[in-house]
Amino acid sequence: MTTRMFGQKIKRREDPRLVTGNGRYLDDLANGSVAAAFVRSPHAHADIIDIDVTGAIDVEGVIAVWTHEDLPGQAADRLPMLIPHPSIVAPHTGFALAPDHVNFVGEPIVMVVARDRYIAEDAAGRIEIEFDLLEPIVGVEQSRAGERIVHQGMSDNVSAHYVQEVGDVDSGLENAPHVLDVELEFERSACMPMEGKGVIAAWNREDESLQVHSSTQTSTGLRAALAARLEIPLTRVEVITPDVGGAFGVKINHPWPEELAVACAARALETTVKWTEDRREHFISSAHERAQTQTVRVGFDDDGRICSLDVKFWHDNGAYIPYGVIVPLNTSTHVMGPYNIANYRVEYWSLYTNTVMVTPYRGAGRAHAVFMMERTVDAIADELGMDRTQVRLNNFVREFPHPMGVTMQDGAEGCLDSGDFVTSLDKLKELVGWDDFEAYRDQARAEGRRVGLGIGCYVESTGAGPYEGGHIEVETSGRVNVWTGLTTHGQAHATVFAQIVADALGVPMDSVHVATGDTRKLSYSVGTWGSRGAVMAGNALHLTAQKVKAKALKIAGESLEADPEDLEIVDGIISVKGDPSSSMPLAAVSVLSNPLRYAFDESARAATQFAKETAAEEPSVKAGEQPGLEEQEFFSPLRSTVANGMHAAIVETDPETADITVLRYCVVHDCGPMINPMVVEGQVHGGVAQGVGGALYERMAYDEDGQLLNASFMDFLMPFASEIPHIETDHLETPSPLNPLGIKGAGEAGTIPTATTIASAIEDAEGFPIRAMPLDPSSLWELRNQHAAGAVPSLKSRRGDSAASSPAPSNSGLQ
Amino acid sequence: MNQMTSNETMAEPTSTIRLSVNGRDHVLEVPDRKLLSDVLRQDLSLTGTHVGCEHGVCGACTVQLDGDPIRSCLIFAASAQDHEVTTVEGIGDDPENPSDVQQAFIDSHGLQCGFCTPGFITTIDAFVDENPDPTEEEAREAISGNLCRCTGYQNIVKAVHRTAELRAACGKQHSETDEEASEANR
Repeated sequence: MTTRMFGQKIKRREDPRLVTGNGRYLDDLANGSVAAAFVRSPHAHADIIDIDVTGAIDVEGVIAVWTHEDLPGQAADRLPMLIPHPSIVAPHTGFALAPDHVNFVGEPIVMVVARDRYIAEDAAGRIEIEFDLLEPIVGVEQSRAGERIVHQGMSDNVSAHYVQEVGDVDSGLENAPHVLDVELEFERSACMPMEGKGVIAAWNREDESLQVHSSTQTSTGLRAALAARLEIPLTRVEVITPDVGGAFGVKINHPWPEELAVACAARALETTVKWTEDRREHFISSAHERAQTQTVRVGFDDDGRICSLDVKFWHDNGAYIPYGVIVPLNTSTHVMGPYNIANYRVEYWSLYTNTVMVTPYRGAGRAHAVFMMERTVDAIADELGMDRTQVRLNNFVREFPHPMGVTMQDGAEGCLDSGDFVTSLDKLKELVGWDDFEAYRDQARAEGRRVGLGIGCYVESTGAGPYEGGHIEVETSGRVNVWTGLTTHGQAHATVFAQIVADALGVPMDSVHVATGDTRKLSYSVGTWGSRGAVMAGNALHLTAQKVKAKALKIAGESLEADPEDLEIVDGIISVKGDPSSSMPLAAVSVLSNPLRYAFDESARAATQFAKETAAEEPSVKAGEQPGLEEQEFFSPLRSTVANGMHAAIVETDPETADITVLRYCVVHDCGPMINPMVVEGQVHGGVAQGVGGALYERMAYDEDGQLLNASFMDFLMPFASEIPHIETDHLETPSPLNPLGIKGAGEAGTIPTATTIASAIEDAEGFPIRAMPLDPSSLWELRNQHAAGAVPSLKSRRGDSAASSPAPSNSGLQ
Repeated sequence: MNQMTSNETMAEPTSTIRLSVNGRDHVLEVPDRKLLSDVLRQDLSLTGTHVGCEHGVCGACTVQLDGDPIRSCLIFAASAQDHEVTTVEGIGDDPENPSDVQQAFIDSHGLQCGFCTPGFITTIDAFVDENPDPTEEEAREAISGNLCRCTGYQNIVKAVHRTAELRAACGKQHSETDEEASEANR
């Protein structure tokens, strides 16, 4: 028996290609094709009065200049509303090119196609657009006030309003021995993959077909969108996803304006057109996430058990909502986290502003939910003078499955299907040394240092449906080709899916070759988002491989004159269990599976010894069968499986400068059985790093005119290695009952509780509540001033304590 | 817009330049304003050098100029004449036979999407030459000029140490061979 590949730390099979410069990312393709550049709105809210393109047309090398009126048919319509939801009261989407009105700085208005990008940008710079400026609406507060309106015809800025209630919140609050109110703020950040978006559209005039390469999270979705908007048969559009330089959510929306405009231009010009997004474009015209204003009212008993939880939040969705309300919806359904809360009500308002639109960013609304819950649990612990882990322990769900009572993004009722929160907490406390922290704090204090310990617990619904598929073909050489429709942007799919197929089929991993995100082979797929790749495609490929194996054993059974039940496949050789002398290679079965057998290779010649005569009265391919050792299968789950985890951080805050340093960061993670623990840890590391960025450094600095002031890597503080702590991890593997492999998603987990964990630790260090993130040294300095002035209260447990009662920063140097 | 102005920009000045890249000499006719990163990628098809920001911040486009890491998006191709340019392909372009620093990334799971990786590889290759036995702090400092959005850097720090380890082992082999050779000569 060979070693099971599932669970092994197999080195990544994609790496040798990527580390030697042999990756093929979007901009590496179609070298020499003509290039598109876009003229974007410099204003956040304006009517377009006139567009003068004459200056651009005169530039040598310019091929075409397009405005909205050049877009044909349905390509000129508003972009699709991809995910409708009952809570959406006013759906607004933008255009591929804005016709007469703009709603954010960066909105595309004119497309220039030229010999190369340099010339396209020269020409774009010569286009003159006259605007009639309108007052912009920036931020939740202005949008909520509703004194000015983003979209004409609306009486306020509310795009969606939704209430869900479990139990009876009002009486739960009335009867609660204690009630607390918590107000919170969460700022904007963005995915910021190292590679921006990009698209290459190639029109083939000979068969009137369109081949598109895009740096996307859904090739199938983009294919359907382009076929519909260009009004060409689906069969004449193919979308291929090349190597993708990171995505994290921002590449799931489709079609992006540029994808549609470039495809139109390729068809009209009967050529290949490429657009590669530059970094400034990515900042001002791709999507952002995170900004919310939140209020929580919680009722609880003397042991900190939550009786009732009433949550309201206002979500800044930017100028348009083509991707619906997935972000606020996920926030609303993840607040209860790992806790058993009988009475829960959530009400949200999603709001238009004149800023870049908001679509999911790693965590997709869940980080906001966890922020609300965990800041609240810390507040309960402080109110009662209890250890923060004890309050959590008193509220944990302990029996699974645990129905949550709320409707999730997939339309099914949420349900915690698996987990062991008590054990996870024990592991975390052990890992970080929770019970020894007070001694460490005393020691640090004696050295004049201020340290704090924080915690954050979360659950994450992962692996949403409706389906994902696999297609496996065994060539006559024994090479196993594996396709799945979803896309890859760093998740090691070529490795982890090969591990799954190697196990299920019984072949060496080296013979398995995985390809993803290509509609030419598998045209049904949903996409890579929401920590669903491994759960959905992993299980689909497991099922497909089992189907291929069953077919192979049936064919081999006929040749070896054995019952297929008595056969096994090990290392690509089929043999009678216990009798290795009666065997044949899988490659030979592949030959036999196709009745048309020209002996053009060694496998075919070798297989003739196994061939059996077909009975004269039977056709070569029997009814219900098909030639070839090749199968397709789909996996569709009942509902999302819920992963979980807990983080702890130790931070140090400088008593004088308010500089914040994360000294230790610990993660306990439960995504069920891990296909490849090395890859899971990598996902956790990267997720935490993005979480740390969101907690301490990153914010989108919009001014009152709706200009993004920090639209570059110089000004937007994405963490370098110097800002990210060493991350310590431990795992718990409770299997999910919802899929054959028992796995739960892992991609987004690291990011979700990081902001609240660091807030918890800073709060513990400083002795006053932290209710807004990100928190940089200046904001902490300001909070200290407010605290010293009495505007921010001390934590109840710290009144009289030296850190909490620390004097104003002006004399903190005397401490 | 008057025609004169547009004619002025029409004439995009070009020059014949001589570039030495990965040990090979090239004579190219390129626009004066064309960045080294674009010439490497578009004129020489060396697409391993990636462009992540074009502001000189992210480091994805890092190549070596006479052995020192530089941002190829911040220099005109014409300015790289009379220097030896080394791209990630020059460090190693064979997936079957990666160089030590490339193998170190594979061994350490130092990459996910791989877009930033060539910039780290050219940086670390030069750094380990300079500091063959870095401390944890020095390794982290060495890569603190490059952005990665996938890995959280921990495994890239590991890759720095792994590079040093592989290079030391190789150097040891070399010196053993040298010793053997010199002994034989005696």
